[in-house]
Amino acid sequence: MATKTDDQRIIEFDVRTDEMLINMGPQHPSTHGVLRLVLRTDGEIVSQVEPHIGYLHRCAEKIGENLTPRQWIPYTDRMDYLAGMNMNLGWSLAVEKLLEHQISDKARHLRVVIAELNRIASHLVGMGAYGLDLGTFSPFLYAFREREKILDLFEDACGARLTYSYLTPGGATADLPPGWLQSCEQFLDQFEPVIQEYHALLTTNAIFIKRTASIGVISRELAISYGCTGPVLRGSGVDHDLRFNGEEIYTEMYDGYVFEVVCEKDGEYPADEDYPDVPSEAVLGDCWHRFYVRMLEVIQSIKLVRQAMQRYSTASGDHGVPIKFNLKLPKGEAYLETEAPRGQMGFYLVSDGTAIPWRVRARSSSFCNLSITSEICQNCLIADIPAIVGSLDVVMGEIDR
Amino acid sequence: MAEFFNGIVGLEDATFGYVVAALVHCVLLLHVVAVGALIFIWLERKVSGRIQDRLGPTRVGGKFGWLQTLADGIKLIAKEDVTPDGADRMLFKLAPYISFAASFAAFLALPFSDGWVANNINSAVFFVLAVLGLEVFGVILAGYASGSKWSLFGAMREAAQVVSYEIPLGLCVVVPVFLAGTMNLVTIGNMQAGWLSNWFVLHDPFTFCIFWIFFTCATASVNRAPFDLAEAESELVAGFHTEYSGLRWSFFFMAEYGSMFLVSGLGAILFFGGWNGPVPIMHIIGWADSGGLTGYLANLAGCLNFMLKATAGVTVMIWIRWTLPRLRIDQVITTCLKYCVPLASACFIGALCWEVLDIWSPNHLHLGSKPAYQVNEEWATIPRFPEPTNPGIPESGDVYENGPPRMPAEPGTEPIDGDTAAAGRVSDNKLFTSFSQEDTP
Repeated sequence: MATKTDDQRIIEFDVRTDEMLINMGPQHPSTHGVLRLVLRTDGEIVSQVEPHIGYLHRCAEKIGENLTPRQWIPYTDRMDYLAGMNMNLGWSLAVEKLLEHQISDKARHLRVVIAELNRIASHLVGMGAYGLDLGTFSPFLYAFREREKILDLFEDACGARLTYSYLTPGGATADLPPGWLQSCEQFLDQFEPVIQEYHALLTTNAIFIKRTASIGVISRELAISYGCTGPVLRGSGVDHDLRFNGEEIYTEMYDGYVFEVVCEKDGEYPADEDYPDVPSEAVLGDCWHRFYVRMLEVIQSIKLVRQAMQRYSTASGDHGVPIKFNLKLPKGEAYLETEAPRGQMGFYLVSDGTAIPWRVRARSSSFCNLSITSEICQNCLIADIPAIVGSLDVVMGEIDR
Repeated sequence: MAEFFNGIVGLEDATFGYVVAALVHCVLLLHVVAVGALIFIWLERKVSGRIQDRLGPTRVGGKFGWLQTLADGIKLIAKEDVTPDGADRMLFKLAPYISFAASFAAFLALPFSDGWVANNINSAVFFVLAVLGLEVFGVILAGYASGSKWSLFGAMREAAQVVSYEIPLGLCVVVPVFLAGTMNLVTIGNMQAGWLSNWFVLHDPFTFCIFWIFFTCATASVNRAPFDLAEAESELVAGFHTEYSGLRWSFFFMAEYGSMFLVSGLGAILFFGGWNGPVPIMHIIGWADSGGLTGYLANLAGCLNFMLKATAGVTVMIWIRWTLPRLRIDQVITTCLKYCVPLASACFIGALCWEVLDIWSPNHLHLGSKPAYQVNEEWATIPRFPEPTNPGIPESGDVYENGPPRMPAEPGTEPIDGDTAAAGRVSDNKLFTSFSQEDTP
């Protein structure tokens, strides 16, 4: 790499090479779908990265302005397709906010069970795909093995494995089938010890640490200024989680639940003897921390699911009655952000008093998280690009909508 | 074998026999590489499947999907052979053959059992490493000729990596070579005949350590994970073979699996006794070196033994590949230059001191017993410590009392003048000739 120096001896022997522009993507194995990164490289060293998006744009928001809120639910599934339940939930809560609709306790706890299970499934994909980005294939399949069991549970609950359309404004389309809680309990019991396998294969693996520690460091200030949310923000040590800090209509869902925001507080993560130690090479805000936060959030989600199942089985009421397809919306607007697995997912709708919203807009967490790429990918190696982009864990369906 | 064919035809001229023998050897080795690749690709699929909680191929060819690779091969043959517009057509088409030929040619000097080698050359270790190193030319040509930036990256990485890892690999290989006193792989293998304790890996602590360095460097030099940077699929799409399709692409794979088997086999011979099992059953029952059918059977058992060891090495490489993440290019070079080279050098010096100081070793060469191996009639063996037979150099005093040593004269040339230095020169030649004549039965 060309260096700026006044030392004539160095300049004399400085071998200068041409810069090269390379397209990484949109057809590339490690760009998580159809992301296109334009790299400016000098040999192996990347001096500039520019993300180009829009290859998966499907006009979801415009379609939402031609459909009633319940009809638009399937389109939210296809935004963050790895966390369809959380997308359903975000839209449902936004519509309920506009309608000022209250749901029963049972429906509330049902939503927590489903949303947190989906968070586990989503983080499993993020974890496995991150292994793929770093060149190891097996953790990906180990992650999918467990994810399949979650998808089986979802299939039992709503009949779909990827695009659920299960949580709707007003509650959920159906109640959990009999015996579902037992199978979920069984899954959690079986899943909890498996997390140690992931720690052994990735989190504490020497090569993994070498590849991720001190790479792509996002400082606290940088993360906030770019609007990063979710594990990317918490990986930089910012204690911010909408399940605690969000609007009341969202936080009241989690009222009475015992769980912690996973982020480094005073140099330590929430104490638990099962967590592996932070390696000495890791710097707060690097790829390793972002990955670690996801792994720990899985454990928190397991706790939440257990509590929610307990409460669901004793709660009064029903799973909620979905609003009518052609329900007239009150005049006004509503915006609500929820804590999806990848960060804060916001839905905005404006109604002019008809059944169809006048304006629909989604705020995507991955979009903001991705925008930081060109800032943190300067002067890294080509091999670091998949490591950094993978640690942001973006889903293109959510960015392009 | 050449004599055998000459005997059949009954010709005076030996050329015919040699040509036929060479052809037979080549065809046999080609099958080792091609069929070996078939088996190892199948093995990789099955092993990776088991590692990943999958079944792997189960259908093609009845049980275990053992014909899966063949089916894939047929698919590859049927595929269109695409040459990109921006490619250098000739080099692009040539590259896979160079890779494959290098991997294949190195098998020429690899013995599969006592004397079962296509060409028993005295510098076999050197030959194998040198020819294996040529494989990188194919990869660099492929990357350069593809006209793709990703391919070029892969080629450059491969060049940097292989050149770095040749150094520690050479250092590791030298240790068994000086223990045996020869570069002849057949002799090195035979020297480890007998019990398990005769294997060079158990010779002393340094050889034990250096085997692991050898294995690391061998993995790196054949481009297997975690050193598979040249084809890093998450970074460089498919690296140097991004633009290849069909049969040409499969040639790279055959070369890769051939090289894997080759370095594993080399490790087995240099450190793990080659074709000699942990218990010398064939020596105990007296079949080894007995000639005739029993001798053949003993060699066959040795061949199986060798194959098992080499396959075990390949399996470990597969196991590593499906477990570890990939290193970054700077970390690969750091591993080599900062860790492998110093460690290998330290082990090299350590093993050298161990040998020179003659510290205890379980190896029979150190116990003063007669070597368990017997020198095969056909395959010349150089004794480990040849007796000094040079009367020209005095036992004590200044070796150079007759003047500084000079380059030895051409054999047969007379001393130019009768000065004292000529005596030393002649005796030098004597040493050289006595060496090769006496030690060849």
